[in-house]
Amino acid sequence: MRLNTEPNLASPDDFYEALIDLHRGLSDAQSATVNAKLVLLLANHVGDAQALREAMALAREAAPADPGRPA
Amino acid sequence: MQSTYRQPDYAYRRSPDQSAGRAVHHPVIVAGAGPVGLATALDLAQHGVDVVLLDEDHTVSVGSRAVCYAKRALEILDRLGCGEAVTARGVSWQRGKVFFRDRLIYTFDLLPEEGHRRPAFVNLQQYHLEEIMVAAAAKSGRIDARWRNKVAGVEADADVVRVTVETPDGPYVMTCDWLVACDGARSPIRGQVGLESTGQVFRDRFLIADVVMKADFPTERWFWFDPPFHRNQSTLLHRQADNVWRIDFQLGWDADPEEEKKPERVIPRIRAMLGDDRPFELEWVSVYTFQCRRMERFRHGRVLFAGDAAHQVSPFGARGANSGIQDAENLVWKLALVLSGKAPEALLDTYSDERVYAADENILNSTRATDFITPKSAMSRVFRDATLELAEKHPFARKLVNSGRLSVPATLARSPLNTPDSDPFRGAMVPGAPAADAPVTVDGAPAWFLDRVGGDFTLVHFGAAGLPSVLRCGGIDVRVLQVGHDLHDTAGLLEQRYDAREGTTYLFRPDQHVCARWRRHDERLVREAVLRAACNPP
Repeated sequence: MRLNTEPNLASPDDFYEALIDLHRGLSDAQSATVNAKLVLLLANHVGDAQALREAMALAREAAPADPGRPA
Repeated sequence: MQSTYRQPDYAYRRSPDQSAGRAVHHPVIVAGAGPVGLATALDLAQHGVDVVLLDEDHTVSVGSRAVCYAKRALEILDRLGCGEAVTARGVSWQRGKVFFRDRLIYTFDLLPEEGHRRPAFVNLQQYHLEEIMVAAAAKSGRIDARWRNKVAGVEADADVVRVTVETPDGPYVMTCDWLVACDGARSPIRGQVGLESTGQVFRDRFLIADVVMKADFPTERWFWFDPPFHRNQSTLLHRQADNVWRIDFQLGWDADPEEEKKPERVIPRIRAMLGDDRPFELEWVSVYTFQCRRMERFRHGRVLFAGDAAHQVSPFGARGANSGIQDAENLVWKLALVLSGKAPEALLDTYSDERVYAADENILNSTRATDFITPKSAMSRVFRDATLELAEKHPFARKLVNSGRLSVPATLARSPLNTPDSDPFRGAMVPGAPAADAPVTVDGAPAWFLDRVGGDFTLVHFGAAGLPSVLRCGGIDVRVLQVGHDLHDTAGLLEQRYDAREGTTYLFRPDQHVCARWRRHDERLVREAVLRAACNPP
């Protein structure tokens, strides 16, 4: 596992608050765009392809494919 | 329409084969006189092989089809004697601009270094390219081009191929050792031998408009995502020869192709795009959909498939005609060696393996571009737009923007024809890579490296080892060039691009791909590498 899932944030509560604040006053569509930009910026910062794939797999874990749609 | 071009008329002439009273035999028949069939025929002729070239039509391609010829295709056309005419007739470009909504978000340069004979791309209408190649074929003396000769039936067995041809004078039959099917995306021959090309159909439609206008836009590729003049769709602009501009408008799947082709629909679209009232004339309008698909294998016994007949991609990336021309060059030297008994037929299987690999690379690239241009889900669209917004300010995001990854040749790094490195090297010229060009001097005059290698196996040795001008390796002649003797690396770029020093020796295949390289010349190793590259036993 290349992805660090151990605690790594110096001030977790500060980060979480900033993340929620980031979306304050935005429509769902605007929030989706902000989240997408955040993912892209952070992915480039991380750079490590394997860590990124591991993160994608973990993020997807609790959301199995919709059985009504082809994979 | 088509005010800038008059189609040539290639007359049907009755061949003596039609009156022979028996099936006349030919070593090679090439079906289809498009760019791929013509490249195949021209290259075979250069290898001293007589070719019968069949085409069901009596002229070059009609309308707006292939536009962009990439550097590698131009280098192949150079070897076939057509590169200069194509470059002179077309418009050269290397820069592109990407627009999102109402803004330019970035500019890119596809060939930011000097010291290459050919530019990144030349844009030229396909009919001009074909006309240049047909003229070259007529001069070759080895190409028997038969117009209005339509392949109506193919029967292939282990020893021979029987080809039934329909003509204005009725049908006739020929036999050949090898049939090369370059008969396009719908390839009737593919169907005649019971094969198919499978893959993915894209649910989108695009409108092509060729427009004649005087415009002072720079010669660049301009791509718009979601522009104000064509909301929620994309638009691509290319300059071609004779002040003809090619515009591709994405229409979406629900568009009615017949409605969209009408001038009263097309003209306002173009007017809105130009944003002013400059005069223009419509030269051509059509609507296309596309597929990404390929045949499982490109060799089926004595029938070989090349170009769109073998594989098809979306147009984004200019990977159709460019990859087809590379198919031809990969195939022909192998076919010539097999025909002359210098290599076993197994060598032709490597044509399939190498070009299937390249086709998969092209299909992957063009599918990814299509998915970026036409997002398939709401979230895919969100990411696409987020990427474009970031790209305006942040260089990292420009690398993610995909308006078509423009055609570059495949590096055949895993080909069994390569001899793996045993000495350390740096840089891009790994075994399997297409050779990089560089300016050189020959007899005191400026020349290009790629003009000196290829056609045959070529050994390039850096330094004066007093080598003979030809090495014979199991019946195969290898041309020898000594840098510092036969050609001079005046600018030092050859040494740089090939990570060369005194003693470095490169072996190139006839198609100008690196075959093997060493830090010193050893005739035994060269011999082994040539035998391996021709599938001959060591």
